[in-house]
Amino acid sequence: MKPPPFEYVAAHSVEEALDVLVTHGWDAKVLAGGQSLIPTLNFRLAAPAILVDLNPVSELAFIEANGMLRIGAMTRQRTLERDETIARLAPLITAAMPHVAHPQIRTRGTIGGSLAHCDPAAELPAVCLALDATLVARSQRGERAIPARDFFFGLFSTALEPDELLTEIRIPPMPPNTRYAFREVARRHGDFALAGVALTLQLDEAGRIRAPRVALFGVHDAALLSESAMRLLDGAAPSEALVREAAEAVAHDIEPSSDIHASAAYRTHLAKVLTARALRDALGDALGHATE
Amino acid sequence: MQKLSIEVTVNGTTYRRDVEPRLLLSDFLRHELGLTGTHVGCEHGVCGACTILLDGEPVRSCLMLAVQANGHTITTVEGVAPNETDLHPLQQAFRETHALQCGYCTPGFLMSLLPFVETHPNPTDDEIREALAGNLCRCTGYQHIVEAVKLACRLMHAPQDA
Repeated sequence: MKPPPFEYVAAHSVEEALDVLVTHGWDAKVLAGGQSLIPTLNFRLAAPAILVDLNPVSELAFIEANGMLRIGAMTRQRTLERDETIARLAPLITAAMPHVAHPQIRTRGTIGGSLAHCDPAAELPAVCLALDATLVARSQRGERAIPARDFFFGLFSTALEPDELLTEIRIPPMPPNTRYAFREVARRHGDFALAGVALTLQLDEAGRIRAPRVALFGVHDAALLSESAMRLLDGAAPSEALVREAAEAVAHDIEPSSDIHASAAYRTHLAKVLTARALRDALGDALGHATE
Repeated sequence: MQKLSIEVTVNGTTYRRDVEPRLLLSDFLRHELGLTGTHVGCEHGVCGACTILLDGEPVRSCLMLAVQANGHTITTVEGVAPNETDLHPLQQAFRETHALQCGYCTPGFLMSLLPFVETHPNPTDDEIREALAGNLCRCTGYQHIVEAVKLACRLMHAPQDA
């Protein structure tokens, strides 16, 4: 099908985009990479009166590292995938990117678009949760920094107000003893995940796990941190028994739905298995020593 | 009705048109420019039949508005062959290995694979299958398309005889 009629505004600056949002509120929709919004329009599941296109806003496409890693909201997913600064400072993003749809989609798709859209099966919200990212939103009222754990509300629903624009993602530097892992299961490479996990953790001098962040996607109405698993892991010595216990615990925090691709029970099973595998990936040699 | 003036370079020719904002780039190429080699399958970004190159990178033309192509350079399947009589090595490889039956998906496969075969002299089967994953073919079972990619990579990266 074809999109319903709408008025189109190509914004050339954040200020121009904010002007449209403050005037039109919920009647306006922000067009980033368009890889979710345009299909939604083609299906006529949405009929916004006005589209604000952010693609000409060059100030929103950047990757900067100055203590904190800062990524502009309009940075293309294909750029994230290939960027050497990202690979060095936030390798969890690099590990996740090949799973984000297909190259043809990543050419257009943006990090900000994916986060603001908040699809429950999307990888990038979980990656931001695991990295303890902060999302920066701007409106004519000012700027506010929203921790990732307070940003993703539920199905296609975020902390963004109708007059706000997601402009930037800030990622704290990973301490040198940080481990990370990314795992997902999809029907076909690049399809939406049936279930997936992105996690980071640190090992202290005594070899104990510190600051674990276990983020799951595809198994709830939005990506979420598994507090139950994180409580078990925090301060514990790595062992295969701990891995299994933490993997079982994620089931307490998730509420997967059933659809034609997978039942809720299967998604729960996947969440546990993938969490165990991701923990083994991240712990690696530390797990080997602990079980000897 | 709002109409916007755009200028787009497609296969080396620059076109100027006034278009409605809701016109998809796929429909602009087919209906406004008559370049019907770009096929439309699902119109929601799943099948890959409408894949084109935008500034050299593969994109779904059904997931872009024509107005967003303003000022950009596009290659469609009509712009792939070097001249009227010869085929591009990737097209030649599809022909020789029977990598198509009905052919509806073929333009999308070719456009997705062009940057891949240019940058992969000797890809593994897994790399090829990952590169194909964004395009659907309902006839071939993909086996011959994998063969075509291997042949195309050999043809394009063969050492040149003096």
